[in-house]
Amino acid sequence: MGANDRMELAATIVLNGLTLAALYFIVASGFSLIFGLMRVVNMAHGTLYLVAGYVGYAVFEPLYDQDLWWAWYAGLAAGVLAAAVFGALLQQLLLGWMQGQELRQALVTIGISIIAADQILAIYGGNPRQFFAPDAIFGSTQVPLVGGYPTFRLVQIGVAVAVGVALWLLLNRTRLGMMIRAGVDDREMLGACGVNVPLVGVAVFALGAALCGLGGVIGSTAQPLAMGQDGRFLLISLVVVIVGGMGSVTGTAVGAILVGLAEQLGQAMFPTYSVVLTFVMMVAVLALRPQGILGRA
Amino acid sequence: MSIITTRRAALLGTAGLAGATLAAPAIAQRAPIRLGGLTTLEGPFATGGQDAYRCVQMELERINSTIGGRRIEFIRESSNAQADVALARARKLIEQDNVDIILGPLSGAEGIALRDYSRTLTGKTIVNGSSGAADTTLRNPSPNFFRFSTDGTQWMAGLGNHVFRQMNIREVAVSAGDYAFPYAQVFGFNIEYCRAGGRVQHYWAPLGTTDFSAQIAQINRSSAGAVVVVHGGTDGLAFMTQYAQSGGNKPLIAGSIMADQTMLSARGPHRRVMVGMISGGPIADVIDDPTWREFVERYRRRWLNEGGFQSPSIHGVNYTTNLYGILHALREVDGDLGNNQEAFQRALAAARITAPTGAAVRLDHNRQAISDIFLNRIEERDGRAQVVAFARAEGVNQTLNTPEQQFLALGAPSRDNPGCVPAAS
Amino acid sequence: MRRGIAIAAALLLLALPWLLHAVLPANQAGFWTGNILGRALVFGIIAMSLTFLATYGGFVSLAQMMIAGVAGYTLAIFVEGAVPRIVGGAGYALAIPLGVLAATLMGLLVGAIAVRTRDIYLLMITLSLSMGVFRFVETNITWFNGYEGIRNVVGPSLWGLDFRNPWVFYHVTLGTAVLLFAGVMYLVRSPFGLVLQGIRDNPRRVAALGYNVALHRIAAFGVAGFIAGCGGVLATIYNIGISPGTIGLGATVNVLIMAVIGGLGHPVGAFLGSFIFTVFDTFAATVYDRDRFNTLIGIVFLVIVLASPDGVLGVGTRLRRLLGRRAADK
Repeated sequence: MGANDRMELAATIVLNGLTLAALYFIVASGFSLIFGLMRVVNMAHGTLYLVAGYVGYAVFEPLYDQDLWWAWYAGLAAGVLAAAVFGALLQQLLLGWMQGQELRQALVTIGISIIAADQILAIYGGNPRQFFAPDAIFGSTQVPLVGGYPTFRLVQIGVAVAVGVALWLLLNRTRLGMMIRAGVDDREMLGACGVNVPLVGVAVFALGAALCGLGGVIGSTAQPLAMGQDGRFLLISLVVVIVGGMGSVTGTAVGAILVGLAEQLGQAMFPTYSVVLTFVMMVAVLALRPQGILGRA
Repeated sequence: MSIITTRRAALLGTAGLAGATLAAPAIAQRAPIRLGGLTTLEGPFATGGQDAYRCVQMELERINSTIGGRRIEFIRESSNAQADVALARARKLIEQDNVDIILGPLSGAEGIALRDYSRTLTGKTIVNGSSGAADTTLRNPSPNFFRFSTDGTQWMAGLGNHVFRQMNIREVAVSAGDYAFPYAQVFGFNIEYCRAGGRVQHYWAPLGTTDFSAQIAQINRSSAGAVVVVHGGTDGLAFMTQYAQSGGNKPLIAGSIMADQTMLSARGPHRRVMVGMISGGPIADVIDDPTWREFVERYRRRWLNEGGFQSPSIHGVNYTTNLYGILHALREVDGDLGNNQEAFQRALAAARITAPTGAAVRLDHNRQAISDIFLNRIEERDGRAQVVAFARAEGVNQTLNTPEQQFLALGAPSRDNPGCVPAAS
Repeated sequence: MRRGIAIAAALLLLALPWLLHAVLPANQAGFWTGNILGRALVFGIIAMSLTFLATYGGFVSLAQMMIAGVAGYTLAIFVEGAVPRIVGGAGYALAIPLGVLAATLMGLLVGAIAVRTRDIYLLMITLSLSMGVFRFVETNITWFNGYEGIRNVVGPSLWGLDFRNPWVFYHVTLGTAVLLFAGVMYLVRSPFGLVLQGIRDNPRRVAALGYNVALHRIAAFGVAGFIAGCGGVLATIYNIGISPGTIGLGATVNVLIMAVIGGLGHPVGAFLGSFIFTVFDTFAATVYDRDRFNTLIGIVFLVIVLASPDGVLGVGTRLRRLLGRRAADK
């Protein structure tokens, strides 16, 4: 391998790490948002990824068969909507009335994730499936240093940046964002100010779930959708949020980039031990800053 | 007080008597044979497990669940492809449900766990379902464990020679999963290919890898004349999709579980690159053999409207082949499982059967199948991609027709021992 | 009186195999002894390590199955006869203590990593840690033989009695469980246990009294690691080996399900929960569609969490209180 090839490989690995980080950020930002306001560790977060993927695919497939150019967008919309509704129902029906009992809420979401994963298997079967992106964002694009690179992955980075900016604006520039931030600091005070806290709660849950759903459809376009992805993305959300800091958008972004890069670099450099790298990083962060890199103490 | 004691004693007495009569051989002849089924109906392998039960049910219906004058009671259990769970279910089948024979399990680690369990049993037999780890029968075999299906290494027979001699390719890149099953398959490929004089560059990726793009970039740049892809399920789909996206255009050679209907029926760009792909394995969708055509015909009639595939899956066929072994032996001994199943197990060991694919099957001294392996190519037929058998290697044994001692001396397949030994040494 | 109940229960458990033998056909009695009761006890021990931490420390740790797995893997790596041979050479008399020691150390390590976190943070961190170990074990061939794991850990012979015999296995497991249970009951009344419970209720006050809170917490995780390690050794022998699935997400959650179903209020809940779970797991096929076992157990779990957060034990307590009040009303 020449020096040029090596350079190219290194650039590809970094870019891969960033595209992976983009996906992780989209999924984990929903987890972080819910955790930030509601103090709920949503152990069914990975389930939302599956729900969005499978429901989205069910809408996507027949449309795609008819060669409709908007099939993927319809699948995306359906997936995001399904996840949002699922999240809102979860909060409204089960979690809302045990507000403050954090552990019990976590256990409830574990129960839901077991049942939902099994029902998804019953309904859709165990075959892996994969969306494919519309022609406009399919194929490859020339990237300096790297050469031809799948266009969809670049779009993935774009979506993640857009989600990040939108979340930041929402939290820092809107009334809802103000309420959410106030709720993080003091729920009771917020309620006393005449804000309908339960409604804000449902809205936040739906939004967080929708983000995970967005990640679900985008992720299932970049890589296959199959049973077991729920556990994987729950774990990734946990690690990203633990590393980056709980309940902070910037922290989630930092966490996602670190985890994404670690995964790709590890796989390239020492494949057998690559898994450990991510967790060593998590343990190191916990030892030095238990609240996460950008978390508030 | 004394009356109660007496009554209890009487009750116990009757129970004991009932037990004794049940055990008597004369009655046992008429009692049904209890066949326990164990497959995977939970988790990612569930589709294969469902198809296995479809085929078993179909074949039992065909003989009206009766053999040698005895009814066969089929008791189903399912695991989630984890060794512990398979073991717990097998124990339940043997000890609680009192089955005589277990047909199963589906995956490699489960097979090894059940092989170990079978060693602790007397008068019971476990016949493999579809698990394909070589070591289940090759090293430390158990006298109670029989396998009429071939293993992962056998499935690659003929492929290495074909790539070297017919396709005239002198160097390949192997992309494979970093765990036991791909090791076994790569080993099977390399044994032939390296002996013929081919060179191999390996690219390993851990189970569950979803991003192959860095690896694919390297492969596309390399001087390899073809890519040998050995990944399971989701990883395989990810590899193929990304290979297609990267514009890869080297010929593809694949492991046995890459070329099946679960991959081909999934939509996506991978289907474009998969047409023309060569693979090896115990089945194909299209085999020019009357036995297979008839089997597929029956399968479709029975299951196409009840969720079945266009043609039976590899797991369905493996379970059926093993069921044929059981039925053949039961017929030989006239349904007699007495004397700790001694006669039955002897009949199993000596059985010569024909698999649904038309392949002849017999067992070696480790009770492992010696059978035919197909060389397949993926072709567009009837408007859909199908796996078509174009050649058949007959009578492939577990050591790929290398002397057993020599084969064992090569050591167990692993990342560091991929079986690439040049002919000279 | 409580001691009386405990001794009666222990005697009953001791005699249970013979009672089963009297009412069931021989093979089924063996099955119930080894594979229902024995298995329930093994997983009860692992679940008790979780319950111990939850009841007396207030930590719900999802690392306990992983820690049990560390013991199992250590045993499988060192013991002679395991397939494949990783290190080998050790007899059970050496490999079993090594396994338990490794689990204790792993427990201490988990405790040290999670020392500054509580509640749901702890839940998240312990889950991440155990999944990290799981993924590592699953992908590492050199030490753990990857996905297929290490097989053929058949267990020792005790004075000529084969460990694979369900009665021997049951009584060894029962003995271990009773000793560990008694140990826990003793420990929580000791000064260490009292400080631990103090930390659970008010860490600041305990710190103000001059106790080292962090050290006590880490030690509690060490104790839990020891308990889980004993369970892990037994589980590995029971399963004739160990593979990554033993410590996967499903297995980890199953231990939590057992502990919660039984009740996190008292260590005995762990055994109740694991017994209920085992019976469900074994007979789900008969009473309900086997394919949908996860839905069934998920619903049971959810109902327990929603209706009686303190598990089956809580139901008992509540009934007793209700009856007590009725009696008082009269």
